[in-house]
Formats: sequence, structure tokens, C-alpha cells
Amino acid sequence: MPPKLCQLCNETRAVLKRPKTGQHICRECFYYVFETEIHNTIMEAKLFSPGDRVAIGASGGKDSTVLAYVMKVLNERYNYGLDLHLLSIDEGIRGYRDDSLETVKRNQQQYDMPLKILSYEELYGWSMDRIVEQVGRKNNCTFCGVFRRQALDRGAANIGVDHILTGHNADDIAETVLMNIMRGDIARLGRCTLITTQGEDTIKRSKPFKYVYEKEIVMYAYFKKLDYFSTECIYSPDAYRGHARTFLKDLEASRPSAIIDIIHSGEAFEVRQEVKAKAKAQTTCKRCGYMSSNELCKACSLLEGLERGMGGLAVVRGRCRGLESGRR
Amino acid sequence: MSTVSLKVEFSGGLELLFNNQRQIKLDLPAQADASEGRPADVRYLIHWLKDNRLKERPELFVENGTVRPGILVLINDTDWELEGEEEYVLENGDDIVFISTLHGG
Ligand SMILES: [Zn+2]
Ligand SMILES: [Zn+2]
Repeated sequence: MPPKLCQLCNETRAVLKRPKTGQHICRECFYYVFETEIHNTIMEAKLFSPGDRVAIGASGGKDSTVLAYVMKVLNERYNYGLDLHLLSIDEGIRGYRDDSLETVKRNQQQYDMPLKILSYEELYGWSMDRIVEQVGRKNNCTFCGVFRRQALDRGAANIGVDHILTGHNADDIAETVLMNIMRGDIARLGRCTLITTQGEDTIKRSKPFKYVYEKEIVMYAYFKKLDYFSTECIYSPDAYRGHARTFLKDLEASRPSAIIDIIHSGEAFEVRQEVKAKAKAQTTCKRCGYMSSNELCKACSLLEGLERGMGGLAVVRGRCRGLESGRR
Repeated sequence: MSTVSLKVEFSGGLELLFNNQRQIKLDLPAQADASEGRPADVRYLIHWLKDNRLKERPELFVENGTVRPGILVLINDTDWELEGEEEYVLENGDDIVFISTLHGG
């Protein structure tokens, strides 16, 4: 087969078929469109102001590693004037998180950004290894999801940052749209496609990769030889999410635009006011002071269960579970 | 019988299914089917890897006779979607990379 030329520059051999457009493009054009589209997303959503202190939620995995790299490139290229930090959570999972944290520490050197690591142990007095010892492997993802979300907020407050960027990509968001539909979680469906969310506390969370396909993130990391860590969490992953992911990948294989189409569908839902009103008024947790819709925030309810030796399962059963923050 | 020499790489977590090997060198028969004279292509390589090198959970690598959706394939550093995917006929010295996108980021 003769080499195909890049359909953007018509000069160099194409190395990638873009899932979003089907275009055949060369390496340099790929870097350019990949970075520029993220820059455009950032500008359109007016994500930043000069002088902002911003933390990148860094797990050592492909998405957050590429996010840290691209944010550094764009911050320098377009003079965003951002003070960028890396923020990592150590769940306390031996043989998984300790290795991925080594990757984050290398990223800190490579990208020259200050790094803050906060552990479940120091925040909650429990590592995931110990939680799993107590509750077994069935509901451990629930604990991890609730704890991680709060841990990132607390870490951000700790380093004086009020904006966290996460590496959620278009595939992740499409998957979350599907899961929220399948669970009938209308309030979350309305929120999960937003590029920025802000809780009662003042910390914003944004997803600059909202429109970026996973395939392109992985190809970008591959061509740029970025250093990332890829191992499944040793504790059984959320099986339901796994099914949603497989379904989505099958859809994408037969029609690549499925990912963006599902995100657009999610955006097109208008949540009626009476549904929104059902959401409880926010107050603060009487134990830790974190925002909460009950006397105790979710993390503290889980902790009280753990401390009583019940694993807190009674508290979470039948409730929606931290889907917004996905797997990270 | 003539053979093709290949370098095959696994990453993105896929190496875990292959005994934690990130890179292997292979000599495959140049004919996938000696009687029909069908040349060895990427489809043949995928089957060969599944039958000879895969250590666990084959369903995470192969589905419906090809790689599972969510696994990217590069042929000499080019997206296999530009090279004919499974039909690409292997040549001596080819470098084939399989990357899983299914592991958390
Ligand atoms: Zn080009
Ligand atoms: Zn609390």
C-alpha cells in the first residue's frame, strides 16, 4: 500500500486516522490540532484568568499525565499566566498506588511543577488496604470514590488552589452519561456534561479534555513518549461501569462519532425545575465541616460505619454513588 | 519454510496479559496457511499471539476474531487504520505495537 499523505498539510506521511473526523494526519499536524483544540475548549469556556493557581489531579495514568504535559505547553505557548500544581491522592493500595505515585514524582521533575500528595491514611485514618480488609472487595469502590472526591478538595484547599483540573476525556464523559441514564440519576445527568462544576465550597473542577477522544490521548502519549502508569486497580473495578465502557467501545468501533453524539445528547437534556428542586438543600457536615446534604457528609457516614465495624454499607445502599468523578 | 521476523510490543496494561513482557521478537511463518498460500497478515499475528503467548484472560485481547475494541494497534508507528488493519501483510522487520486504552487514567 503506498503511504498516505497527511490531509492537512499534504506534505508528510499520515500516521493517524482521527476518530472525530476520519481525517488522515501526520505527526506534527496531530500535535498541532490536538493541542489547539484543547486551547480552543479552554478559551470558549473561559476556564482561566491570568494569575490563577490551578491544580491538576494527577494519578500517574495516561489522561492526567497528558493533561499535565499539555497544560504546561499551552500555559507557556499562550501565556495563560497560570501557576500550575500537581495534586495526587494516595489511597494506600500497595502494589498499585505506590507504583503510580512514582510516576507522578517523575512527572513533577519532568514538568517542573510542585507536587502535593495527600493520603487517605492522614485524612481519614484508614488506607484502602485496611478498608478492604474490613469491608471486603464488594463495595470498596464506593469508599474510594467518596473519599477521593473529598480528598482532592481538601488537598486543593491545603495548597491554596481553588480550581482542580481532571483528565476526564470524551469517552469517560459519554460513559458517565450512559450510566446516569441507566441509573435514572437525572440530577447528575444534568451536571456530568458540564465542563466546570462547582460545589458549595468554592473549589471548581474542570475537564479540559471534555471533547478529546481517548484514542488521541493514548496516541499523543505514545508519540511523545510520555511516562505514564497503566495497571488496573488491584481491587475489583466497578463492574457496571465496565459494562458501560465495553458497550461504548463497541458503539465507537462501528461509528466513531458515537462518543461525541452521546455527550451532545447528555447536554441536550433539560432537567425540569421540579426535578432539580428535589435535590436537598446543602448544609455542612457536623463531624468534619465539609459540605453535605445530611448531618454527616458521605465520607463521615462511611467512616462512622467503619469505626463501628459495619463497613458503612447500610448508609450507602440504594444511593447514587459519586459517579461524577468517574474512576479517578 | 520462509519466515517473517517481527518486533511486537504491548503497553497500556496489555503487557500484564503477556507475562508482563513489553516487547517480544518473533519469527512467524510467512504463510498463514501453507496449502492455500495465504500470506501472514495481522489477523494471523493476533491469533498466533492468542494461541501461543497470551497467558490469561484472552477475552481482554481478542473479540470476534480481532483485537477487542479499545485496543490500539500501530504498524511501524502508524495507526493500523491507515494500513489495512487485520489485512495488512506482515513484512520482515515490522514493528507491531498493541496498546490498551481501557486502563484507568
Ligand atoms: Zn500534516
Ligand atoms: Zn464529614
